[in-house]
Amino acid sequence: MTGPGGGASPTSDHGSSNILEVRNLKKHFPIRVGFANRVKGHVRAVDGISFDVRQGETLALVGESGSGKTTAVRCLVRALDPTAGEIRFHTETGKWIDLSDLSRRELRPLRPQMQMVFQDPRSSLNPRMTVLDIIGEPLLLNGMNNRNDRIDRVEELLRLVRLRPEYMRRFPHAFSGGQRQRIGIARALALNPRLVIADEPVSALDVSVQAQTLNLLLELQEELGLTYIFVAHDLSVVKHISDRVAVMYVGKIVEIGERDQVFFNPKHPYTAALLNAVPRTDPRASRTRIPLRGEVADPADPPSGCYFHPRCAYAIERCGTETPVAEVVDGERRVECLRVAELELPGVTTG
Amino acid sequence: MGTSERPPPRPGDTGGGNVAVLVEEDRISVAPQWKLMWWRFRKHKVAVSAGFVIAAFYLVALLANFFAYSDPDDSRPAQSFIPPSPIQWFAEDGTFGPYVHPLVGERDFETFKKVWEADETVSIPIQLFARGYEYKLLGLFDTDIHLIGVPEGYESESTIFLLGTDNFGRDIFSRLVLATRTSLTIGLVGVFLSLVLGVTLGGISGYYGGVPDSIIQRIIEILRSVPVIPLWLGIAAALPLTWSPTRIYFSITIIISLIGWTTLGREVRGRFLQLRHEDFIMAARLCGARDGRIIRVHMVPLLTSHIIAATTLAVPLMIIAETSLSFLGLGLRPPAISWGVMLQDAQNVQTVAQAIWMLIPVAPVILAVLAFNFLGDGVRDAADPYGG
Repeated sequence: MTGPGGGASPTSDHGSSNILEVRNLKKHFPIRVGFANRVKGHVRAVDGISFDVRQGETLALVGESGSGKTTAVRCLVRALDPTAGEIRFHTETGKWIDLSDLSRRELRPLRPQMQMVFQDPRSSLNPRMTVLDIIGEPLLLNGMNNRNDRIDRVEELLRLVRLRPEYMRRFPHAFSGGQRQRIGIARALALNPRLVIADEPVSALDVSVQAQTLNLLLELQEELGLTYIFVAHDLSVVKHISDRVAVMYVGKIVEIGERDQVFFNPKHPYTAALLNAVPRTDPRASRTRIPLRGEVADPADPPSGCYFHPRCAYAIERCGTETPVAEVVDGERRVECLRVAELELPGVTTG
Repeated sequence: MGTSERPPPRPGDTGGGNVAVLVEEDRISVAPQWKLMWWRFRKHKVAVSAGFVIAAFYLVALLANFFAYSDPDDSRPAQSFIPPSPIQWFAEDGTFGPYVHPLVGERDFETFKKVWEADETVSIPIQLFARGYEYKLLGLFDTDIHLIGVPEGYESESTIFLLGTDNFGRDIFSRLVLATRTSLTIGLVGVFLSLVLGVTLGGISGYYGGVPDSIIQRIIEILRSVPVIPLWLGIAAALPLTWSPTRIYFSITIIISLIGWTTLGREVRGRFLQLRHEDFIMAARLCGARDGRIIRVHMVPLLTSHIIAATTLAVPLMIIAETSLSFLGLGLRPPAISWGVMLQDAQNVQTVAQAIWMLIPVAPVILAVLAFNFLGDGVRDAADPYGG
């Protein structure tokens, strides 16, 4: 991968270097009411998102809570069944497989290639199992039946995440949050996955531990050639780890592009507002505030036109009636804003 | 931190390098669930004492006839309503040796009440492991050895009255001991059946959700709306009269448990619903675990402690149910002996006014129910060693 200072994309030719291509992915949850479970409407948690993930990169998915980030990645690993869309995965053998309509049985052989790191290290480890059993479970379920083999592999994995192998007989309650998260990472890495989906892996941790965990993830990416999809709401974390950034708002990707472009030259007013809300270290640095008014729109009853227009400082009449479509800007970036050509938005001012 | 971090010392640990502390920490770190539970339970002094009380109760129930000294069914109208008469521990000359004086009843012609006076000229020694009425020990061996009794030539039925006698002249202590057996055991099968039904149906409901969940939840709602006492009455009337009262009651408890599982069923469903969305369940699924493994390895072990606690708390309800229903005449009926049946004899004010000791069976009911509740509380607190 490219170092945090760089930012150049690994390659720009479509198709061959991609590991995952998501097209028009939708997840609608029915709202049921009454005795007969009549469907009253739908929560459009994910409402038609498309993006590519390149081999070896880190794609960050950012947005406020309720924007559909977690639902989106849960659809990718098929913990949830998507309502519509395609999830094309480039397998180890070089085939493209659409994960979106595979049965559980068909998915099972593909599972090892795509693993997940969870947000809350307390609830992601079974409290009744030892570390050995937790990290060993994927191994056991995928054919490593010899216990001693599993012990060896778990030892190796614990070293990989910088934990002492002697700890493997312990139960999760004996570990701190950061350590537990590393156990979760070790479990995700047990089957040598190619794509790791991390759902806010550091937001439940102390700030000091956050940095360690992020650096560990970066080191592992380099060592093992991993590809990350990284869900986050903390933009300083995103800035540290990602190559590209996708900004989600109410189930849609409003802007996607190279990290530096998105951070220093945002094209969507929502991105600009999010960046503006990041606390600065320098209190004297001047900035123009873009207040983000109101609440995230209700995905069960989104506003007309552009979903963001009721909160947008730059909204004009047209925004309330016309639905924006993704426009390609500067070659690689896609922005869903009607005024993308006219607006000049402030980005992050200091590095 | 890096490669050599230790878990943070718990508050209260002073010396960081203290070897004892580290050993203690390691012991906790590798302790499986049941051990942590046991350590926490042990600290709950009230629950531990309650556990001993319950153990004692069941020991009495197991060896009921051994602890009884008089035949509980031996009625002697001539010696009805004898008040409790304690054992004398020391002879007049101060030597140790428990004995009783025989009681002589005289009719008081002013009140027409029979007054029992001890005949102090005669002392009948009390012996340990004495012979008395015949019974089957543990249902296997024929024997006539009892914990206490009187020497040959005397009858304990007409000499020892620790807690007095009832309206038929039967010894209350001996009946109480036998009633303990009935009252503490007859509902257990029902509790067990409720447990099995509750866990299975609640589990299906919570794990699969959707249509099976709706069906099971509607069934639970219907069952919960059935009034229990009329149902109880109806079943009691419908069961064949040729059956023994114990068998009838046993059948009733089983039928009632077909309704009683609903509470546990709902609890289990709730836990399954909650667990189903835990990240570690999803993690297991993502590495290819099937439903069977998820339920067996990841869900049920997290529930066992709750189930144990729920069961411990269900037993006192069963005791109360037996006692109150038998008291009303709907549960066990004579000649069966249970706490409720014994209290039924003390139903009218006249009896209670004349012979207050007829109410003695209330004491073991209270003691047993409290003990089970304390034990259940202790188990429930211990069941979640990770809380807090």
